[in-house]
Amino acid sequence: MAECSVSFTVNGRIQSVTVPPMKRLLDVLREDLNLTGTKEGCGEGECGACAVLLNDELVNSCLVPVRDASGARICTIEGVPAAGQLHRLQQAFIEAGAAQCGICTPGMIMAGLQLLSRCPHPTLEEIREGLSGNLCRCTGYMRIFEAIQNVAQSSE
Amino acid sequence: MRSFVPDYELVVAARLNDALDMLAEGWRPIAGGTDLMVLFNAGKLPYRKLVSIRRVKELSSIEESETEISIGAAVTYTHIRQHPVLRQEFPLLCSAASWTGSIANQNRGTLGGNIINASPAADSSPVLLVYDAELELISLRGTRRIPYCDFHLGYKKMQIRDDELLRSIHLPRKTENRRSYIRKVGPRQAQAISKVCFAATARLRGSAIDEVRIAAGSVAPVPLRCHATESVLRGQSISPDLIETAANAIAAEVQPITDIRSTRDYRRAVTANLLKQFLQTLA
Amino acid sequence: MYSKSMEPRIVGTAVPRKEAAAKVTGTAQYVDDVSLPGMLHGVTVRSGHPRALIRHIHFGDGIPWHEFTIVTARDIPGRNIVTLIFDDQPFLADGEINHPEEPVLLLAHENKDMVRRARQHVFIDYDPLPAIFDIDEALQAKTIIWGEDNVFKRYCIEKGDVDAVWSQADFIVEGEYSTEAQEQLYIEPQGMLATWDPETGITVRGSMQCPFYVQKALMPLFNLPAEKVRVIQQETGGAFGGKEEYPSMIAGHAALLAWKSGRPVKMIYDREEDMAATTKRHPSRTRHRTAVSRDGRLLAMDIEFIIDGGAYATLSSVVLSRGTIHAAGPYRCDNIRVRSTAVATNTPPHGAFRGFGAPQSLFAIERHMNKVARTLGLTPEEFRRRNFLRQGDSTATGQLIKQPLDLARLQQRALQLAGYADKLERFSRLNREGTRKKGIGFSTFMHGAGFTGSGERHLQSVVHLEARADGTVCVLSSMTEMGQGTNTILAQIAAEALGTSYEQVQVLRPDTAQVPNSGPTVASRTAMVIGRLVQSAALSLKEKLLQAALLQPGYTPEQFQSACREYICSIGPLKTSAQYEEPPGVHWDDEKYRGEAYGAFSWAVHVAEVTVDTVTGEIQLDDFVALQEVGRVLNPVLARGQIEGGVAQAIGYALYEKVVWRDGGMANNQMTNYIMPTAMDLPPIRVYFEEIPYEHGAMGAKGIGELPMDGPAPAILNAVENALGISFCHIPLLPEDVLSELSVAREAALDLAGSVV
Ligand SMILES: Cc1cc2nc3c(=O)[nH]c(=O)nc-3n(C[C@H](O)[C@H](O)[C@H](O)COP(=O)(O)OP(=O)(O)OC[C@H]3O[C@@H](n4cnc5c(N)ncnc54)[C@H](O)[C@@H]3O)c2cc1C
Ligand code: FES
Ligand code: FES
Repeated sequence: MAECSVSFTVNGRIQSVTVPPMKRLLDVLREDLNLTGTKEGCGEGECGACAVLLNDELVNSCLVPVRDASGARICTIEGVPAAGQLHRLQQAFIEAGAAQCGICTPGMIMAGLQLLSRCPHPTLEEIREGLSGNLCRCTGYMRIFEAIQNVAQSSE
Repeated sequence: MRSFVPDYELVVAARLNDALDMLAEGWRPIAGGTDLMVLFNAGKLPYRKLVSIRRVKELSSIEESETEISIGAAVTYTHIRQHPVLRQEFPLLCSAASWTGSIANQNRGTLGGNIINASPAADSSPVLLVYDAELELISLRGTRRIPYCDFHLGYKKMQIRDDELLRSIHLPRKTENRRSYIRKVGPRQAQAISKVCFAATARLRGSAIDEVRIAAGSVAPVPLRCHATESVLRGQSISPDLIETAANAIAAEVQPITDIRSTRDYRRAVTANLLKQFLQTLA
Repeated sequence: MYSKSMEPRIVGTAVPRKEAAAKVTGTAQYVDDVSLPGMLHGVTVRSGHPRALIRHIHFGDGIPWHEFTIVTARDIPGRNIVTLIFDDQPFLADGEINHPEEPVLLLAHENKDMVRRARQHVFIDYDPLPAIFDIDEALQAKTIIWGEDNVFKRYCIEKGDVDAVWSQADFIVEGEYSTEAQEQLYIEPQGMLATWDPETGITVRGSMQCPFYVQKALMPLFNLPAEKVRVIQQETGGAFGGKEEYPSMIAGHAALLAWKSGRPVKMIYDREEDMAATTKRHPSRTRHRTAVSRDGRLLAMDIEFIIDGGAYATLSSVVLSRGTIHAAGPYRCDNIRVRSTAVATNTPPHGAFRGFGAPQSLFAIERHMNKVARTLGLTPEEFRRRNFLRQGDSTATGQLIKQPLDLARLQQRALQLAGYADKLERFSRLNREGTRKKGIGFSTFMHGAGFTGSGERHLQSVVHLEARADGTVCVLSSMTEMGQGTNTILAQIAAEALGTSYEQVQVLRPDTAQVPNSGPTVASRTAMVIGRLVQSAALSLKEKLLQAALLQPGYTPEQFQSACREYICSIGPLKTSAQYEEPPGVHWDDEKYRGEAYGAFSWAVHVAEVTVDTVTGEIQLDDFVALQEVGRVLNPVLARGQIEGGVAQAIGYALYEKVVWRDGGMANNQMTNYIMPTAMDLPPIRVYFEEIPYEHGAMGAKGIGELPMDGPAPAILNAVENALGISFCHIPLLPEDVLSELSVAREAALDLAGSVV
């Protein structure tokens, strides 16, 4: 059936794609825009590997039909470094050993950014809740908590 | 197994009337998509033409009047959790919202979607039942209101017609002096489909239970308001005997099943235990 | 060799992971991130029957089948067998079906949506055959589905004479323990991308642990020599054993489609298919019969260990072997018999998963030791203390413990760190009231590093080191990075031994066309065995520079680099290699299963603190202490990450993760219904190390990766027993089980009260 044209801003750049309206935002990012940093771990909203910020809100892009994102502002992991510099959360992930196999890491960082923007000095409980939609099978989460805590502390 | 994506249509409605027009022509609504897209991704979505209602303003605001709070059907869990009046007067709803899925799901998922998806395990349903919620349905033919406790007719069967949209959820503001209790029992602490979710409110006069509302999810084909158990309790004073009698009553009133997530016996026993825990808080 | 006088600069420090920047920026290339021009998408049509004969395959209407590449068993150019240990598993079913996820047919098309739709329009008629689904049915052998008796493998370890002891024992304690399947649940599903070229042959790239296993499996499939089968690892998003043997299957499928279509073919499983079709941890049942003396000495241990291997032999014999060798735990006993069996059932084959049989048999022994202690009236720690293996003792296989070993001290330190004694006392007071019962429990255990017995000798692993013109050095091995830190620790070891900087060492991503075979990335062998080879190759490279008088002792990293540059300029390529040599005094008898089972064991004590809610049966972990002796810690952050991640996975094994089976298939093959721990479900995991350098390991290191998988489950169930006074012997332990046992216990208490009156 008919494809439709959808425009939005991705990592600060206006983009237009012509795709079936129900194509998942995840697939559009990966296949049409070649932004493969956003990962698919489950396709059922459960793992958070596909998380991106949509109008500054954390969403699982496997559950967003692309047309529903028309006109939106989207930020993916590729848009996180500023001016060629790693974001300090990315730096903190490296230092704390928060990325092991790395497949959950882009989504985890997006969730961390959402958390820190809503709550710049989260308690451990708030961190746990903020990341609870992002499954990590490698780390047991402890290094990830530490990375977020380190960023929160350094911004005091 | 995935759906064949090009087979599906989606339009985004800007205004309520546009959405209603399309519904009248056989399109189906999609709000946050957190239920629908899971079905779609699994190749199990039964309809092909979808209209997104996320951008319809009338559906995404929370309004206050003297007697009630009206929550637009497309209001998200995140919005609910952050709303000061809801936090103050309807804390059970905010709790239920806070443990629905995870942050990403709460940013997208809507109260209306939770109701119309009509899962017996929906976490907001027991809360809406004990708060005596009313639903407002709208179509090109007009609007109507029905008490939420009459809304679910059977497993995924509801009093809503295909051309109707759930417009808003009304909560009467007469909650002062009520004691309330809520607990979700799921397989883990987050991202969990309830094995049992349980909500209750009560008002005491002296030591007697003057008013009591009890509801549970995942224990019957529909979210269940436990009228029989309530009537065992109403007018009585809390005592160990009464607690035991009420626990037996609720164990008889629920009709849980065994599925891949839990067992009938477990669901029944936990519901009874949660009721006891609630009643003990009143003693 | 590592000497204590040498001041390490790099080993033992928390240098950042080599691929960290690529991973935190999303630029790391996993297989699904790679696309090639003209690429097709491949899918697998599976049987859906546990056991049957294929009668007829037909293709439904409404699909433009001429646009598809279709492969069945008939198309296979070479041998239709996934080469591993026994030659029993076909790439594509040929007439016979042995489990519900058995691949029957492959489809490829350039449109991903199209190929998925087409998969639903292939219809296969079957003649069903009787099937069996569990250990008991397999052993009864009423229906034979494999070999003559449904048995893949048997072992028997005998030490001393168990049967001579029973009559002298003061107590004989019996117990039965069982564990269920566990899904690895790496977050990146399996995937492969294959290309075919008549000149160069097959190339596959993908998510995997063992490139040379894949190569070995594809050669006979296509009748091609090694140089025409090239296997390249992509960034791998978690594996945990799940990408040890299964990648050969999916690589073969993608390659068959590429070969037939002449175009690149990508096959990526979605989560449902990955969970249902790929391997899981073997379910197990262990029976213990233990003779003890009144003063708490172990006199004899008779152990029966059985695992369910699923429909094909795959790695079951090796998993069984490790489980068997670990079954008697870290205890000294003169009379031990372990009889073990791996059986066949009509489920998808079970396979490698972190721990490899040891978590199953150690769960049993560590629950059982508490039972024996209780029978004797001793505390679990005192009973263990009296029976721990010490330096100079021998294990079940007769392996002499040569290294210093003081488990009593390790146990004492772990219990202290956990506040064990105080908590025991406090909890017993607190638990008299209320509905939330607290408990604390622990386990003591070991894990052997490297291949079992003669395995390393057979592997004859090789690594190369090569200096580049810019003075950097490259490590070439087939060890894969899958999150566990291979790249980082091998670079650390090389840099340390060479005297250069960490940044100046590169680790090449495994590609069978470029790296030597250093064996598979499994069995906690990377640091200890391969790291050691990297160390020796590095020492010989350094030696070359010294001999060429390009370096003087006491050189700086900068001087090292310029020496390399100069060597390459004036002398030629600077390349060294090292091959495995067995440490002296290692003997292993494959027949009798006696001797040095492993080069070294790592040792650990785990302490778990729980709260059980008797209203719901839910178990919450409040605290977790993991203390281990793993030789030298090469990178403290990575090591800690390995332990924390392993403990988390083992907590899932103990309390959450249940595979629901229906007719041999996984019924809950979604992340919503197969429950792994989220960030909200884990306690603080407190990690401590004791470091006793192991002289034959790289810079003193032993294995670390699998160890943390072994201890948590028994520690947690021991804690639950402490909280409730109920002994559970099966994992996963779900709230449903707890609540039902609590009600049984309550009724028993009422009956007792009634009968007294
Ligand atoms: C990972 C994950 C975790 C989850 N966890 C929970 C949980 O813990 N508890 C829980 O209860 N649920 C949970 N859910 C389910 C889901 O998030 C909720 O049911 C949510 O409220 C659905 O809202 P939605 O807007 O996304 O609905 P959609 O998916 O958009 O729609 C759901 C159904 O409602 C219909 N609909 C939506 N809005 C209207 C309307 N205004 N009028 C008429 N029909 C309408 C749609 O046609 C569709 O049939 C989870 C889902 C996911 C993916
Ligand atoms: S892929 Fe979207 S949540 Fe897992
Ligand atoms: S780092 Fe591997 S899943 Fe998180």
